[in-house]
Amino acid sequence: MAATRSITWRGALTDAFVGGLVAAALALPMLGFRLVDSALALSVGFRLDWVLWAALVVFAGRLALNLLRMTGGLPDLRLGERLSARMGNTRHWASWAMIGFATVLPFLPFSDRSLVDKATMVLIYVMLGWGLNIVVGLAGLLDLGFVAFYAVGAYSYALLSTTFGWSFWVCLPLAGLFAAGFGVALGFPVLRLRGDYLAIVTLGFGEIIRVILQNWQDLTGGPAGISGIPRPTLFGLPFLARAPEGGQTFAEFFGLKFSGDHRVIFLYFVILMLALLTNLFTLRIRRLPVGRAWEALREDEIACRSLGLNPTTIKLSAFATGAMFAGFAGSFFATRQGFISPESFTFIESAVILAIVVLGGMGSQVGVVLAALLLVGLPEWFRELQQYRMLAFGGAMVLIMLWRPSGLLSSRSPTISLGGGK
Amino acid sequence: MTATRPPLLEVEHVTMRFGGLFAVNDLSFSAARKQITAVIGPNGAGKTTLFNCITGFYKPQVGRMALHHDDGPVLLERLDDHRIASRARVARTFQNIRLFARMSVLENLIVAQHQDLMKASAFSLAGLLGLARYHKAEKKALERARYWLDKVGLLDHADDEAGSLPYGSQRRLEIARAMCTDPVLLCLDEPAAGLNPRESHELNGLLTGIRDEHGIGLLLIEHDMSVVMGISDWVVVLDYGRKIAEDTPERVRRDPAVIRAYLGEEENEDLPPEVARDVEEDS
Repeated sequence: MAATRSITWRGALTDAFVGGLVAAALALPMLGFRLVDSALALSVGFRLDWVLWAALVVFAGRLALNLLRMTGGLPDLRLGERLSARMGNTRHWASWAMIGFATVLPFLPFSDRSLVDKATMVLIYVMLGWGLNIVVGLAGLLDLGFVAFYAVGAYSYALLSTTFGWSFWVCLPLAGLFAAGFGVALGFPVLRLRGDYLAIVTLGFGEIIRVILQNWQDLTGGPAGISGIPRPTLFGLPFLARAPEGGQTFAEFFGLKFSGDHRVIFLYFVILMLALLTNLFTLRIRRLPVGRAWEALREDEIACRSLGLNPTTIKLSAFATGAMFAGFAGSFFATRQGFISPESFTFIESAVILAIVVLGGMGSQVGVVLAALLLVGLPEWFRELQQYRMLAFGGAMVLIMLWRPSGLLSSRSPTISLGGGK
Repeated sequence: MTATRPPLLEVEHVTMRFGGLFAVNDLSFSAARKQITAVIGPNGAGKTTLFNCITGFYKPQVGRMALHHDDGPVLLERLDDHRIASRARVARTFQNIRLFARMSVLENLIVAQHQDLMKASAFSLAGLLGLARYHKAEKKALERARYWLDKVGLLDHADDEAGSLPYGSQRRLEIARAMCTDPVLLCLDEPAAGLNPRESHELNGLLTGIRDEHGIGLLLIEHDMSVVMGISDWVVVLDYGRKIAEDTPERVRRDPAVIRAYLGEEENEDLPPEVARDVEEDS
């Protein structure tokens, strides 16, 4: 980008023209044809004017970008630096404000059931992002199959609760442990791999887990999934309209009028608590030997070995810890949905979680929150755009990558200083 | 001739082969405590390969490498590389500096004390719960880090990113990091490479200081003859993977085999200027 700073008018025009051509070529199959559903049969219609518009928009945009560069750099690039610098100063304050806002969110006047529901969804991804951040951001191990651990957690809870009738709070740690076990199981074969090779194997692992879930009819119910997963209770108080024999519901106990919202809000607070726990854990472990060893491993494995750090245990602990949090998130997902099937654990989920971590700025905790809001929240806002939702989403991604190529927040502060533990 | 020197490291008949190439061939020598032993030789003589064997990054096909601790010898060829650092307490630096570039200077030194901190924190659990015992260990680690930062003159840069330091400081930081592992033998792979004369002189002071004050052995690969001749107590000369001479610096520089190795039979491009000067003076 910086190399193209001295562009001539001619160069700018040529570049914009080529951009327009590429856009036209892409738009022809995507926008140029449409299915016309007439009374008799389906037929293919054309709308070449749309293709022209797309090409023109890209031409104009590209030209504008080039002109901006000719006249001394992108203003928004500087905005990014400034925002990041300011975030660095006030990060502490900003994160507390975020936590405070998240806590009161369900009680704000404008929030309704669907908003809290969406916020819950975003928080699940925040938690998954924080979990993956340990593996990718801290330990530098590129994991494309993270959804496998999410699935293991979800199925662990679903199976334990439907088979043995154990409560959510008993199953939650078990689901985390199971997922951590799978993390170690994945860790062993990939100990010698790094970078691309590691990514491919983890990708395969994610698919293996999904295929097993899909085909092990007797245990997992196959593609039909598991339904009737028990909902969580608050110390044994269920969120139901009518209490089971000899029990009390949440609404009765607190003398409230029964409302379906109670459960939604309760679930929101459960995931908020779990996510904050993940965050607290990560912030703490970064300042401990294990966390520093993860970061050292990311920086230079050979130097680690020369200092007596055992890469095997460091990698396995990173995989296991990340997987454990995915397992927690998975079992929360299962109890929230009440129904799970392999459909929910496809590769695209792994990709979204990884995108959250990368977009947030590797290793940045606040960045993950912002990225999850963008990646999970944005498509929800764009729902009104209907079929152009993904287009708008893609556009937003391109802009972010132009604006902040190394992630939204990518600064790192030392975990220890000479004054003491900081 | 080594009878008067209590050996710290004994290398016996070590051979490292890559395919048909003998990078190190039937090499034996020893390095003593409280001494600086330099390994020199023309490019491709097998110096770095030897280092990689001693520090466990390569496993030699033949030979025995014994490190004599107070409580008995440790056979290096049987240990994994990370165990050589933690169990045998051999630390090393690298020819192309390998710092944790995006971590702070201080963090680099704290990571080096991983073993002690892990033990003290019961694999980080005690630290996670914030127990006093971990805080004590951390304080001790900080003290040691502060000591070495002071030694290498980086106390003011403790919170800087290691990768942003100037080259000479990175070299010194790498030595400080290696020393933070509390080694009995420190292996330095071309510590003076890329340093200017002033920095090189400071390095000499640092290394002799480590030798005299900490009583550990230093093993040194170096091309810079002012460093080798200035500070080493014993010099081992390699050529084509074999030892061609082993003696004090004064005697080594007059050794005809060494001069031949550096001058070569017909071409003399590899000759470092310092040696050329010495050879001219002597002849």
